Amino acid sequence: MAEWGTGFGKNMLMALLAVFVISWFFMWAIRKQALVPSRTQFIAESAYGFVRHTLGRDILGEKHFKPWVPFLFAIFFFVLVNNLFGAVPGLQMPTFSHAGPAYAMALIVWFAWVVLGFKLHGGKFIKLVTVPSGVPKFLLPLLVPIEFLSNFVIRPLTHSLRLMAVMLAGHIIVMLAGSGAEFMITQQEGLGSTGLGVLILIGSIPLYFLELIMMVLQAFVFALLTAIYIQGSIEAEAH
Amino acid sequence: MISATLIQAAEGDANPLFPNPWEALVALIGFVVLLFVVIKWIWPAFEKAYQNRVEAIEGGLNQAEQAKAEAEALKAEYEQNLADARAEASRMREEARAEGAQIVAEHKEKAAAEAARITEQAQQHIVAERTAAAASLRADVGSLATQLASRIVGEALEDDARSQRVVDRFLEDLDAEQAGAAQ
Repeated sequence: MAEWGTGFGKNMLMALLAVFVISWFFMWAIRKQALVPSRTQFIAESAYGFVRHTLGRDILGEKHFKPWVPFLFAIFFFVLVNNLFGAVPGLQMPTFSHAGPAYAMALIVWFAWVVLGFKLHGGKFIKLVTVPSGVPKFLLPLLVPIEFLSNFVIRPLTHSLRLMAVMLAGHIIVMLAGSGAEFMITQQEGLGSTGLGVLILIGSIPLYFLELIMMVLQAFVFALLTAIYIQGSIEAEAH
Repeated sequence: MISATLIQAAEGDANPLFPNPWEALVALIGFVVLLFVVIKWIWPAFEKAYQNRVEAIEGGLNQAEQAKAEAEALKAEYEQNLADARAEASRMREEARAEGAQIVAEHKEKAAAEAARITEQAQQHIVAERTAAAASLRADVGSLATQLASRIVGEALEDDARSQRVVDRFLEDLDAEQAGAAQ
């Protein structure tokens, strides 16, 4: 494994592996485009339909969602598969438990949000985002900087750190339980500590499934927030 | 077992919030590649499959609709034809009935005329017979009277009673002859 901050490591390999796995699975599943789908095609279509309808249509609206489906699709499955690597024995590490990839993803979303906003609303976009409507004038000097900070600086940070923190915490818990159990069983003398090690090992199993839920949930939350930000850009005037 | 991140975080010489720029770059490039693949191949394929299915289903529904409409048109036509045929049959029946009635009336008339003719003939016949009978009777009466007189004269002398009997018999004969002629 590469040292911190140097070289080409496991984390990068997993990110690329995720790209390969997602591309391969969906292209393979839809290769026939059968009217009556096979089981694999049905699963792939359900997953695609979930992103298309729950993340796309329901949030962006019937009128605007179509061009954003591939973006949301890529975001959701890239995060999901990278998270699930944390539950795969041997890999056992979610890619986004490292801050770098999480920042990269949030940056992409932030960039899409800003570019789309300026494209749709021009210079007015800054005003639309930072000046809340229906607020007394004397409060604006206070609110505008807060809104600016919250939307342009803090939002991408929270967007990425939420994902990274949950993945890192889950990673730490599972690792801690695993190494703790190993330590108790193999390094310590006496029946008591061996028993405790076994208990820790058993306890780590529900933790593993809890992590599994967290991985899926965080991928969904990340993609959902992406959709909400994009929607905020499309309909900035309504906010 | 414990990852490098954890050790370094614990040792305090690395902050987990501080990104590894290379990892960030690889994730960025990886995502862009994935996005390209999704836009170029995966997205169109899924949308196409979805569209095809929608068309297939809607096409099937339309076809069914069309078939139903056709069937209904056909049914209406059949019903129209049936009604026409019924009306035609009824009309023909009516005509036949009228014609039959006419024929019967004609025949009745003819029969009545025939009967009248026959009756007329018979009457004429009867009149002729009667005339003939009266003529013949008138001719016969003289000779009969002569015969009767001769017989009465021939036998009168012998017996009054017998002559009476002869007169009676003659009258009976006459009656019988009269009856025979009348029949």
